[in-house]
Amino acid sequence: MWRRSASFILDNQQRRKDVASSSKPESISLSPPQLSSMADAFQNPNSSNPKNSAYYQTRAAHHGVVTSDWLAQAQAAVGRPPDDQASSEPEVPAAAAAASEPGRPFCVIDEFNNWRKQPDLAEAVAAIRALATVIRSSEATTMMELEIELKKASDSLKSWDTTSISLTAGCDLFTRYVTRTSALEYEDFNSAKSRLIERAEKFGEISYKARRIIAMVSQDFIFDGCTILVHGFSRVVLEVLKTAAQSKKLFRVFCTEGRPDRTGLRLSNELAKLDVPVKLLIDSAVAYTMDEVDMVFVGADGVVESGGIINMMGTYQIALVAHSMNKPVYVAAESYKFARLYPLDQKDMAPALRPIDFGVPIPSKVEVERSARDYTPPQYLTLLFTDLGVLTPSVVSDELIQLYL
Amino acid sequence: MDSRRTPRTVIDPKVRHVGFFAPPDRANSGQTDPISTSSSPSPPAADISPSGNSLSPVMIPPPRQSSDSRPIPLVHHPASPLRRESIPSGSSYNPSDFFAPATSPTASSSFASMTAVGGYGESSDDVVALSPGRAVRGGSFRASASSSFPGGGFDLTALKASSVPASELTTVSVVNMPPVIAEKAGGASVEMQNNRTANLKPAKEKTTKAERRALQEAQRAAKAAAKAEGSKLLGGGSSAVTSVNVKPVKGTKTASQKNDSVSVAASDKKVGDRLAEKDRKKEVPQPRMQYDDKSRVDKAKRRAVVNQTEARNRVELFRHLPQYEHGTQLPDLESKFYQLDHVHPAVYKVGLQYLSGDVSGGNARCIAMLQAFREAIKDYLTPPKKNLCRDLTAKISSYVSFLIECRPLSISMGNAIRFLKSRIAKLPLTLSESEAKALLQSDIDRFISEKIILADKVIVKHAVTKIRDGDVLLTYGSSSAVEMILLHAHELGKQFRVVIVDSRPKLEGQLLLRRLVGKGLNCTYTHINAVSYIMHEVTRVFLGASSVLCNGTVYSRVGTACVAMVAHALRVPVLVCCEAYKFHERVQLDSICSNELGDPDAISKVPGRVDLNSFDHLASSEKLQLLNLIYDATPSDYISMIITDYGMVPPTSVPVIVREYRREHLWI
Repeated sequence: MWRRSASFILDNQQRRKDVASSSKPESISLSPPQLSSMADAFQNPNSSNPKNSAYYQTRAAHHGVVTSDWLAQAQAAVGRPPDDQASSEPEVPAAAAAASEPGRPFCVIDEFNNWRKQPDLAEAVAAIRALATVIRSSEATTMMELEIELKKASDSLKSWDTTSISLTAGCDLFTRYVTRTSALEYEDFNSAKSRLIERAEKFGEISYKARRIIAMVSQDFIFDGCTILVHGFSRVVLEVLKTAAQSKKLFRVFCTEGRPDRTGLRLSNELAKLDVPVKLLIDSAVAYTMDEVDMVFVGADGVVESGGIINMMGTYQIALVAHSMNKPVYVAAESYKFARLYPLDQKDMAPALRPIDFGVPIPSKVEVERSARDYTPPQYLTLLFTDLGVLTPSVVSDELIQLYL
Repeated sequence: MDSRRTPRTVIDPKVRHVGFFAPPDRANSGQTDPISTSSSPSPPAADISPSGNSLSPVMIPPPRQSSDSRPIPLVHHPASPLRRESIPSGSSYNPSDFFAPATSPTASSSFASMTAVGGYGESSDDVVALSPGRAVRGGSFRASASSSFPGGGFDLTALKASSVPASELTTVSVVNMPPVIAEKAGGASVEMQNNRTANLKPAKEKTTKAERRALQEAQRAAKAAAKAEGSKLLGGGSSAVTSVNVKPVKGTKTASQKNDSVSVAASDKKVGDRLAEKDRKKEVPQPRMQYDDKSRVDKAKRRAVVNQTEARNRVELFRHLPQYEHGTQLPDLESKFYQLDHVHPAVYKVGLQYLSGDVSGGNARCIAMLQAFREAIKDYLTPPKKNLCRDLTAKISSYVSFLIECRPLSISMGNAIRFLKSRIAKLPLTLSESEAKALLQSDIDRFISEKIILADKVIVKHAVTKIRDGDVLLTYGSSSAVEMILLHAHELGKQFRVVIVDSRPKLEGQLLLRRLVGKGLNCTYTHINAVSYIMHEVTRVFLGASSVLCNGTVYSRVGTACVAMVAHALRVPVLVCCEAYKFHERVQLDSICSNELGDPDAISKVPGRVDLNSFDHLASSEKLQLLNLIYDATPSDYISMIITDYGMVPPTSVPVIVREYRREHLWI
């Protein structure tokens, strides 16, 4: 499992040296300083930097975008761990801090941030855990009060980062799942509450294990000798590939570079550690290599009601290329990413903006497309691997209808 | 490993089936397949080996709701791709032509409805002309199937004939089996079959009720006996065959053994099953009236209130739909007002409104109908010695048939009627008449407000989120839901433009245009001929629907499919707005098998253009057939999203909604 460990930093340093020694033009883009530092990630993204979306920042924090300042930050963290802790604490959103200090002993956002510090925990799972804590520490005396409290907490979590689909979807699903139980049949409030807590824990547990389940479920699809194209860095996909490698399957992986976050580099790095043969491609080489590829594997930021996915920029075009060459496109996504959204086209969703670093100064007259993700319609996807099982895209809506109606 | 190996083969078995899917294969299907495959490719071999032979002539269309009610797990299972190929070939073969429908009495109705969808064209006629075959019902069917098993076949029938008590008729039906087997073994012996039909027909005609009952009893007894014997016999029989032909028999043996055990078990459950079967038959919607079926049309005519003269030149392809002269019924019906005492005045009024076209549009028609029924229920008094529940249902049915005569029902109205009838049927017996009536009236009110009015509000709420500033929205015809959406979006201050596409002969779009312009919306009005031109500037297409069918097909005003297709081709998202009560579990692939035909004169006459109305002298020509379709079916591929009261769903989710909605249906 990946941690922000020293070893990884060392690896990166190693690679940085390599990159620096070779005078490729890309190396420039690794080095230029980026002012929005990693610490921003723990700030309230809505207030801190209006130009970059919260989505991008949390992603940067969690998926460890390989940038130079990230490395610097991480190194600093290794050097002085307590200091890092101290520096990130005060940056908890002021409003939330204010709320937590006076009367109320508990704040969701704090709790959420606490959970989020576990690098392996997905954002939505952190939110689910935080909401479970809300129920536990609630002082409500009636069911209605508790529900309102839960609603408020999940709203504040959602507004914390409006661009994150999985956070919103996770909160909604949790509320749905927990409150949908027939808690009303309990006469006693305490037993009803304990039932809710039980369900909350269960949901948290399911969500936490989702990644493992997906890895197990998708093993049948990776056959010996296959070539898998992977786009971006997804922890689920990594888990799938890792499990396959551990069960001694022989396959090779093509990683796209994943500009501008270079998330593909991260993934290839991880896979190389597992002794999986990896080849790095620049993003524009997808069509060139597609005839060698047996299947495309991507993660998802969100799975929408049509059965399509919202994922890192570039997924759509890869899916299009794969579709035209009749290659299957598999999506690995936990069920807490199922969102009640239905984009009709690319522009039909809240854009998540990110900074793009071209390595050279861009004239101010030139416009830059800064959206961080795109929407892949369901007809280009073959199957979705979720913790509910292997689904065709059309089943997503089925599950959502059953959950929400 | 071969890297070129197609990965799809890896996928298939892994897919989790959710929602509607074919029933899991029978346990024995695995073993039966080898037989059928071994028999069908080599017909000459089939002549020799009885085991291979036993299959092909007796092609039994699988009952739709199969499971244990099926008498014998037939050697073919529904999923087998082989069945499809073999049915047409079987029906060209004379005896099976006769037998295929006859042997599956439970399936005959569902089979008939299947023919509309599936490809079993040829055999559908047989289903109708079945009467002699029906006499052979259940019992002999079982006998035929079991006797068609290898080895045991001949001995068995002999045995059965001896074990059958008295009644001559039963022996007829059982003894009839040998010819079938002979045919199977030897090929077509048509004379024998003719004999048999000759035998059967008089028998059928002269039976009285008591006789038929006796016959049934006897058959049942015979069956039970045969089964008990058969299970013993078949084991030995099949082992005898093993020595003859090793390869196919391996499968047959296990299959037949299984069949035995199942059929024995089935006989225990049979009574319960029969009841369940009856219930299910009620559930299955009646097949539509086919207007090319002479006898039924005549029967319907005798009952009819509205005198309709048939159109002179009926369009050949649409003979199964009612094609009447338009414009003749209204005065006729008006003159009958005082004779029609069994029709409630409110219903009568609505009927006239349908006939004259004053009330049109799915929601409006449905609401008008429900309100008329509400009035009728309010004024209803249970006649002495009658049950409210039953008498009211009959009453409503007679109203409905009156309304159908005025204009064919829309699917939404059918759903509403179904709702009302289920409410009547579920009335608690303890209620007094006035309470029951009050309950029903409030149910109707609730249906109107929840399923139609509130649903529209929810649809508007959802749909408005898909309208952005600067959009150009296209709509076709006039849909009440779309109109509400556009008006609401305008009220919210969104900046958008509307393109209204219209078509002859109804020109409903003009009314919509007038209303929208009156509210200050920016509109463009054009006819459907220009749709491919105007579509380039459109960003969203909003369409209404008369109904959404289970495969996602949208059944709507004729022309909708054309608009959707053009939009799809130009990659403009198509949003269909439809209340969930209009969803229907039927599946329809084209707009031919079920549709409504309008007045043919409407398309030939252009008002105000004397120069174009040169059809007049052609009207009597036999060569000219005018077709005025009212609806068409838009395939789900062209539809990006369906907006319903349950939110925005892809067309693939319609079955889910139908399923969930049905459940709720029962709750209300």
